[in-house]
Amino acid sequence: MEDQESTVIPSIQVGDWVESGVDWLTGNFREIFRTFSDVLETLINGLIDALLFVPPDLMIVVLVLLGLILRSWQFAVGSALGLSAVVAMGMWEAAMQTLGIVVFATVVAVLIAVPIGVLAARNRVVSNIVQPVLDFMQTMPAFVYLVPAVILFGIGFVPGLLSTIVFALPPGVRLTELGIRQVDAETVEAGQAFGATPRQILRGIQLPLATPTIMAGVNQVIMLALSMAVIAGMAGADGLGKLIVESIARLDVGLGAEAGLSVVVLAIYLDRLTASIGGSGSDKSLGALIRRSRGRSVAQRVTTGI
Amino acid sequence: MSAIEAHGVFKIFGRRPERGVRALQEGRDREELRARGLTPAVIDATFSVDPGEIFVVMGLSGSGKSTLIRTVNRLLDPTAGSVVIGGTDISSLDGAALRQVRREKVSMVFQHFALLPHRTVGENAAYGLEVQGVNRSDREARAEEALGMVGLDGWGASLPSELSGGMRQRVGLARALAAGTDIMLMDEAFSALDPLIRREMQDQLIDLQQRLDKTILFITHDLNEAMRLGDHIAMMRDGRIEQIGTAEEILNNPVNNYVAEFVQDVDRTRVLTAANIMEQPVALLGSGAGPRAAQKLMREHQLNWLLVVNRDRTVEGLLWSHGVASAVHDGQDALPLYRDGLRFTSPDTTLNDLFAEAASSPAPLIVRDDAGRLLGVIPDVTLLAAMGNGQPGGNGETPGVSPHDIQTPIDGSTAEVV
Ligand SMILES: Nc1ncnc2c1ncn2[C@@H]1O[C@H](COP(=O)(O)OP(=O)(O)O)[C@@H](O)[C@H]1O
Ligand SMILES: [Mg+2]
Repeated sequence: MEDQESTVIPSIQVGDWVESGVDWLTGNFREIFRTFSDVLETLINGLIDALLFVPPDLMIVVLVLLGLILRSWQFAVGSALGLSAVVAMGMWEAAMQTLGIVVFATVVAVLIAVPIGVLAARNRVVSNIVQPVLDFMQTMPAFVYLVPAVILFGIGFVPGLLSTIVFALPPGVRLTELGIRQVDAETVEAGQAFGATPRQILRGIQLPLATPTIMAGVNQVIMLALSMAVIAGMAGADGLGKLIVESIARLDVGLGAEAGLSVVVLAIYLDRLTASIGGSGSDKSLGALIRRSRGRSVAQRVTTGI
Repeated sequence: MSAIEAHGVFKIFGRRPERGVRALQEGRDREELRARGLTPAVIDATFSVDPGEIFVVMGLSGSGKSTLIRTVNRLLDPTAGSVVIGGTDISSLDGAALRQVRREKVSMVFQHFALLPHRTVGENAAYGLEVQGVNRSDREARAEEALGMVGLDGWGASLPSELSGGMRQRVGLARALAAGTDIMLMDEAFSALDPLIRREMQDQLIDLQQRLDKTILFITHDLNEAMRLGDHIAMMRDGRIEQIGTAEEILNNPVNNYVAEFVQDVDRTRVLTAANIMEQPVALLGSGAGPRAAQKLMREHQLNWLLVVNRDRTVEGLLWSHGVASAVHDGQDALPLYRDGLRFTSPDTTLNDLFAEAASSPAPLIVRDDAGRLLGVIPDVTLLAAMGNGQPGGNGETPGVSPHDIQTPIDGSTAEVV
């Protein structure tokens, strides 16, 4: 604070302002925040209960099948081993809680990010406003808003969930905007030249052609959500993150390793799976095979008119 | 009424482009505007395209062709001027009305095809119809028909990525045809294709245009392509249209040095066709006439040879003056027709190919259409003259011949001689 003496710049109390802002919010809108928090808590608990309602063995079969359909048999084998290890280490319940937060946060983030990305791609002004906001969201250390979130929403899933959404949102917006801007100008012109409405162009040309880029964004959203979901353990959200926080507090190296490895398994599984939804993916998947053969028959119908 | 009429169209890129229009009208040049941050891409373009013709806009890269064609369907709004399509001034239309014009009147073919990679060839061809809201079965049928027209039957189920460049552009063409508009805009549609395929596509376009009677505004930077396709050609330079005319007019009467230099290297023998240099015969004889009538006609016009045609204008044969003289002398009733050595050609044969036909025969080369009807004749002297200096011998200057004279023997006075 001594440095302050030698400068001509007057000091400002940003910290005080934010503090009194948060105080004011909790003072005046406590009920609203609590209600909102309760609703979210109910939703996320519902999702997690659903994930845990399915017996682990069955869940693993489903996840492995997904991997087989969307990616490859090698990936399916790998995920079978990894997920079984999570169960074997006794981390299944925590893993499903974390997965619940990730899925929920990702869905919300994507639902917000894609429309904003589309708007930003179409309008320079929107883009210029959105960019710095995204920078702010991404670079502000997460702990900093985890604390006010806890004050506003109380301990539990909700502050973690909201911080996760805030933290994971930016790449979704950025890559949606980029993907749409990258669509070949002549192709968009073709839509216009045949009299398509802006809506028809968006749905029939821009979004489909931007899909690989948007999916790359979704993939990043998921990965960021996962890393944030671990940090959310600090705010009291049940899951692998909470176990890791506990292991640190208790200097329990074994617990930390088990929870950490489970995070890795989840991360790799989610990353590879969403990367292959991105389109380009591999052609080895069952899904690609099915798509190809179905594409044929649909197209066949188109031309033969049957 | 013209299919497309553009009047005083300006397109200037930059901030507050209207000031550029004023400056140009006050006589300032392009460079001055550039210095002020404005790019005049199209300057005072006025032209009209007749229904059913191929109108080519030709110019070097950067001369403003793409910008000009985009003002016609208002993918770009002109900075000044008006564009009238089929009687509708499109400059004042709102979004919905403009889309209506694009759906119903004007379709477009793009340089890099602009197909949708995630849709099949059939779905791509049906795109315009889908936008128009045509139901699935109708649009599939029409898309398939259009694919058939461009020689892509059976490819509907493929993806564009499985096709060669030439085939992809055929899909682009089919998409425009399926939309069913009378007017098609084609921006360097064949420029991305290699020369052999390009040639093939040009032939196909001419064929389709004649069959379907489309009005086509075609952009190219290739003069040979312009000359091959264009009923009229607009030569563009630095945003201005320098000259509009037929291929022959531009070759023979360039309005300024720029156009003259541009066309000087053109291989006329590949550009000009039999139709360009053929002459109309001074007189024709109906096939029912006798040797005496023939002799009278030949004396009257001092002819060495005379063509005999049927009522449907198909060529019956040729008479030599000496043959006719001896037939008259011998008192014969039948015409001494010469048939075996006659040489025929079609109107779109290029001079280059005609030279192969040149023979040192006094009988002319006969130009006739697909149905065998006489269109004109090319005496070897005319062909040799065209070969020598590239100047067409015909051109309506042949002494004593006017189209009116020629009609007479066939339609009217042949009856008299018969
Ligand atoms: N959107 C644009 N913004 C600014 N300048 C442009 C734009 N489009 C074209 N131009 C300029 O206008 C001129 C004509 O371009 P264009 O119509 O594409 O020419 P061409 O099709 O004959 O090659 C060029 O100088 C080009 O740089
Ligand atoms: Mg161009």
